[in-house]
Amino acid sequence: MIKNTFKNGIKDGLPICFGYLAVAFTFGIFAVASGLSVLETVLISLTNVTSAGQLAAVPIIAGGGLLVELALAQLVINLRYALMSLTLSQKMGNDIKLYDRFLIAFVNTDEVFAVSASKPYLVSKKYMYGLILTPYLGWGLGTLLGAVLGDVLPADIVNCLSLAIYGMFVAIVVPEVKHSKPTALCVLFAIVLSCLFFYLPVLNTISTGFVVIICSVIASAVMAILKPIKPTTEDNV
Amino acid sequence: MIRPEFFLYLLVMAGVTYLIRTIPLVLFKKKIKNVFVLSFLHYMPYAVLSVMTFPTMIYATGSIISGIVGLIVALVSAYFNRSLVTVALLTCISAYITQVVINLI
Repeated sequence: MIKNTFKNGIKDGLPICFGYLAVAFTFGIFAVASGLSVLETVLISLTNVTSAGQLAAVPIIAGGGLLVELALAQLVINLRYALMSLTLSQKMGNDIKLYDRFLIAFVNTDEVFAVSASKPYLVSKKYMYGLILTPYLGWGLGTLLGAVLGDVLPADIVNCLSLAIYGMFVAIVVPEVKHSKPTALCVLFAIVLSCLFFYLPVLNTISTGFVVIICSVIASAVMAILKPIKPTTEDNV
Repeated sequence: MIRPEFFLYLLVMAGVTYLIRTIPLVLFKKKIKNVFVLSFLHYMPYAVLSVMTFPTMIYATGSIISGIVGLIVALVSAYFNRSLVTVALLTCISAYITQVVINLI
């Protein structure tokens, strides 16, 4: 069934927003504790909208690090977004104009990408704007709350809230794995690679951003060779 | 309060991140026809999500037990096609309950 309205976008965006509130909250606490002001912390979230990238930037900024260092860190950690944007470029409906792409790219996070790229049809402009709206607000608001409230919330609650994002990831992957054997194989392959990079010495020193790129590129490329997907005609509705 | 030098940092990090996201999305306006590339792009999102979830998720709460409970609840509820919000909520709640129980013991 094709669900491409603004309302559908909002509906799909809400769990992302909810997860971001928690994750951004922890970022807010971390940044202020590291010595950044509340305003600076919120500005970072509103202009970057990345989790790992922002986390890595805080010690560099707080410690007065080099701009080159900051730029390189962002490039390495966030390079995966280039791959996601490339995938997403193939999912854009005909009503999405060039200037829309400049705006959508700004909030193309892992979660926004995952939700829109897993649609079996081309996504519409209204859907995309609905999808990115609440996560963006949630990211900003969560950061503000974390920066201001600090560690008022018990650690157990904050820790468990951070699972929201992962729960969502699982909810996106599992239904697809259930009805597509090649995708299931690809997921299994990616998980094995990911575990190797997590547990093996030397390999586990590679930064998260690179690990995501390396593992997902290898798993997807191997599966694309072994089990190519026959092109289907996709209509923009 | 904002320090003046902060704006340089902000500009650099936001600029680099924005360009990474924008260039591919703006450049590739035509539909790609190559079967390998299409298949690759089809598998990508699931591979990316799996890599980001496993095994990081089970360590995210700071306690492997509540992390694993969260993961199992997420897998089971997702298997029964619960919505994204439901799965996310059940994951957090089950992990929190586990955490509370652990603290009691």
